[in-house]
Amino acid sequence: MKTGDSLPELQLAGISRTTLALYAGASGDHNPMHIDLDVARSGGMDDVFAHGMLSMAYLGRLLTNYVPQERLCSYGVRFAAITPLHAKPTCTGTVTKVEDGLAHLDLTVTLADGTVTLRGDAVVAA
Amino acid sequence: MALDPAVIGKVIPGHEVVVERGRLRFFAQAIGETNPIYFDTEAAKAAGHRDVLVPPTFLFCLDMEKPDPFALICELGIDMRYVLHGEQAFKYHSPAYAGDTLAYNGTVTDVYSKKNGALDFLVRTVDVTRDGEPIARLTNTLVVRNPKAEK
Repeated sequence: MKTGDSLPELQLAGISRTTLALYAGASGDHNPMHIDLDVARSGGMDDVFAHGMLSMAYLGRLLTNYVPQERLCSYGVRFAAITPLHAKPTCTGTVTKVEDGLAHLDLTVTLADGTVTLRGDAVVAA
Repeated sequence: MALDPAVIGKVIPGHEVVVERGRLRFFAQAIGETNPIYFDTEAAKAAGHRDVLVPPTFLFCLDMEKPDPFALICELGIDMRYVLHGEQAFKYHSPAYAGDTLAYNGTVTDVYSKKNGALDFLVRTVDVTRDGEPIARLTNTLVVRNPKAEK
């Protein structure tokens, strides 16, 4: 692992209403804004939208595909934009620094239209 | 509605949760996980784990395994429809596995406003332990949209 290394990209399938229903059940996050069109509209949205934590979980898969999870020291994200239905997220990451046995990674989730939905970072034992 | 900074330091009622193997399998399926250490006990053991591994973000999900996960939001008078997840961070101390009993204890650590009150931020820090041993620290930032203040 060295500065400038790229993590193998993770391309996800389109996010459907089924994806969100299953994620709501599995995650225990039953916030109706993600699964109930009526509530989403009453909250001023055109439609339901994906849980931010679903994208964070996808990005987590990118990480644990790259290093065994027991080497993960920290992992954080900022949710920069809403992920609409049918969006196809792509997870990418790069090694920005390796120092004192720790590698620092920059992580991004981007949609097909170029929208960045998550920006994150992680520190792993190198 | 601006959040009252007096809420900083408020202790969130703690809870304990047993990590269920079936839930981990369901979660793996929901996020498209293909690595069997996250859903197959034998594969997890073959990889040197004592059971199916709790994936990095599932610790957040287990924080919602309490009678009313939105109790604090309601208590603060926040309308769930206007809540967005702003930031989420995890600091990991030790892996957790299916069958573990994990304890969650948190506090409200910050409250602030941006864009002339159009956005309120609520920050919570939650420690996860197993028999007193630290497992992880979660930091959660929620953003509350205030449609009336949005111009």
